[in-house]
Amino acid sequence: MSSWTLQQSTNEHLAGWNRPQVIKPEGDGEVLEVSMGPHHPSTHGVFRMDVKLDGEKVIGLKPVFGYLHRNHEQLGEKLSYLAIMPYTDRLDYFCSLSNNWGYAMAVEKLAGLEVPERADHLRVILAELTRFQNHASWIGFLAQEMGASGTPLMYAFREREKILDLFEELTGSRMMCNYMRFGGCRVDPTAEWLSETRKVVQGLHKFVDEFENLLTGNEILMSRTQGVGVLSHDLAVNASVSGPMARASGVNYDIRKVDHYGIYDRFNFRVPLGEHGDIYDRYMVRVLEIRESLSILEQALKSVPGGPILDPKAKSRGIRPKAGEAYGRIEAPKGELGFYLISDGAGSPYRYRIRPPSFINLTVLEDMCLGHNVADAILILGSVDIVLGEVDR
Amino acid sequence: MLGEGIIKGLLETARNFVGSYVSKERLTTVQYPEERWEAPEASRTFPFLVYDGDEWLAGLRCTSCQICEKECPPKCIYIEKSADKKPDAVGKMQFYPTRFDIDISVCMSCQICVEVCPFDSIKMDRIFELSTDDRFEGLILDRQKLAKSNSYYHQIHPTEAAEVDAALASERAAAAAKAKAAAEAVAAKAAAAKAAAENAAPAGGGA
Repeated sequence: MSSWTLQQSTNEHLAGWNRPQVIKPEGDGEVLEVSMGPHHPSTHGVFRMDVKLDGEKVIGLKPVFGYLHRNHEQLGEKLSYLAIMPYTDRLDYFCSLSNNWGYAMAVEKLAGLEVPERADHLRVILAELTRFQNHASWIGFLAQEMGASGTPLMYAFREREKILDLFEELTGSRMMCNYMRFGGCRVDPTAEWLSETRKVVQGLHKFVDEFENLLTGNEILMSRTQGVGVLSHDLAVNASVSGPMARASGVNYDIRKVDHYGIYDRFNFRVPLGEHGDIYDRYMVRVLEIRESLSILEQALKSVPGGPILDPKAKSRGIRPKAGEAYGRIEAPKGELGFYLISDGAGSPYRYRIRPPSFINLTVLEDMCLGHNVADAILILGSVDIVLGEVDR
Repeated sequence: MLGEGIIKGLLETARNFVGSYVSKERLTTVQYPEERWEAPEASRTFPFLVYDGDEWLAGLRCTSCQICEKECPPKCIYIEKSADKKPDAVGKMQFYPTRFDIDISVCMSCQICVEVCPFDSIKMDRIFELSTDDRFEGLILDRQKLAKSNSYYHQIHPTEAAEVDAALASERAAAAAKAKAAAEAVAAKAAAAKAAAENAAPAGGGA
C-alpha cells in the first residue's frame, strides 16, 4: 500500500464537530463502490447504502432514503384529523400504539382535550408493551445479523406474539392497532384483558432472564459489538440523536423523564445510560430498558382506575380545532417521536409534520461506520433500529 | 473462561428444544392449513354491510348517507344514492345505496367507517384467505357481496352485535312511540279542526 491521507467524512451538515478521521487510500489503493440495497435483507426494508470500500474497510458511506416514501405528511393535510390516525400506525409499523399516542397528544394539545385517568393508564400500559416487543425483536434482529441463524429472533418473536395477541384482543388488530382517540382510547378493556395482561407481564421477566443468559455474556456477541460503531456523546447531542441510541452514548435524555407526559411522573423507573456508545452499550441499554418497562407495567397494572376512557367533550368525527399550532412528542421505542400540527380552523391540518426518530438517528450512520468492515457496517445499521416506514414516511 | 457464554447460550437452546417435547408452553407454533387458531372476537379484516331479516336488499341498514365514503382514509368506498326511499332498520323512510362498492385491495382495515356510521350498518368482518387471481371481480365487492345477515354478525361479534341490537330496539321503540304520539297529535288536531269546523259551520250558515 502506498501513502495514506487523513480526511474528514463527507457528512457536511455536521462538519466541525468531533468526528472520526477517515483514512482514504491514494495511488494504487483501489476503491470499490458498492450499492447495498434497496433489496437486501440486512437493510431492514428498502434502504440503500452507497458504500465506498477499500478492501473490507468502509471509507465512505451515503445513506439513500425514499424507496418507501408514501406521501404521509402531504396526505395528512388533505385528510380529516381522524383519518390520519390509521396512517400513523403505518409509520413505525412495529410500534403502532406509540405512534397513535404521539399524534393523539398533538391533537389533544391543539383542541384542548383532557385524557381521563383510565385512558392514561391504558396508554402507558400499551406504550410499554410496545417498547418491550420492539426492543426484544430488535435484539433478535441484531443477533440474526451477527449470524445467529434465527434462534434469538424466534425466542423474541415467541414473546412478541403473546403481546400482539393482547393487542388483537383489545384493539382488533395485531400491528395496525388504530386504538387511541383524541381525548382517550377507543375500546374499554375488560377485567379479563387486564388480568391476562398481568399474567403475560409476569411471564416476561423469565424471558428477559433467558434472553440475557443466551446473549449477554456470549463471546461472539461481545467480540462483534464491543468497540464497534462508537458514537461519541458530543456527536449524539449535536446530531440530535435520541432514544436508546443517545442514551447508549451517555446522553441522559428520556422524554418520559423530561416532559412527564401522560402519567409517567407517578411511576418509579430508572433511565439506563451507556458509557462507550458502541453497539454493545446499545444492546445493554435496551435490555435494561425492557426491565424498567416491566417495572412500569407492573406499577401501572396495579392501579388501573375505573371510569370513562374518553373525554366527554371529545368527538372523533368532524373535529375542527381552533387556529393554532401544537407539537406533541413522546419517547417512542426508537427515540423522540414528534408530531407538529398547524391548524387554520378547518377539518384537516394546515401543516402536518413528523419528527421521526429513526430517520434522524440514521444521519450519523456514516460517522459510526467509517473505518470498520462491511460486516460491521451491517451490524451498525442494525443497531440504529430503523423502520423504513418511519424513515421515508 | 473463554467460551463460557457460548456454552450457557447453547444450554438455553437445548432446554428449549427438549422442553418443546414436554411442555405445551414452549411449543408455540400451529401447523397452519391443517390446524387453525381461533382469532379473538375483536379481530377485524374487511367491512361488510348488515341487513335485517331475510331479504338482503330490503333489510339493508345502509341509508347511503356517505359519511363512511367521506371519512375513509384510503377512499376505497364508492356509493351511489337511490332516487326513491325505503324503510330503514328503525322504520323511517330513507334512501338506500343503488351502488355500494368497496375495493378491498385498497382497504386498510382501519375500521374508521364502522366508527363513523350512525346507522350501525357497516361492520368489520373476520374473513381472510381472500387471495384471488382476478383483481377486479375478486377484490372489488359490490353491495350484494358485501351484504351479510344480522345473524352472521351475531356469529362473528356476539357481544358487539347484542349491544347494537339493543340500541336499535330502543331506537325503534322510541321511533314507534314518537310515530304514535305524532299520529295521536295529528288525530287530535284533526278532531279539533273538525270540531272547529262544526262550530264554525252553523255560524257560517247563520251569516
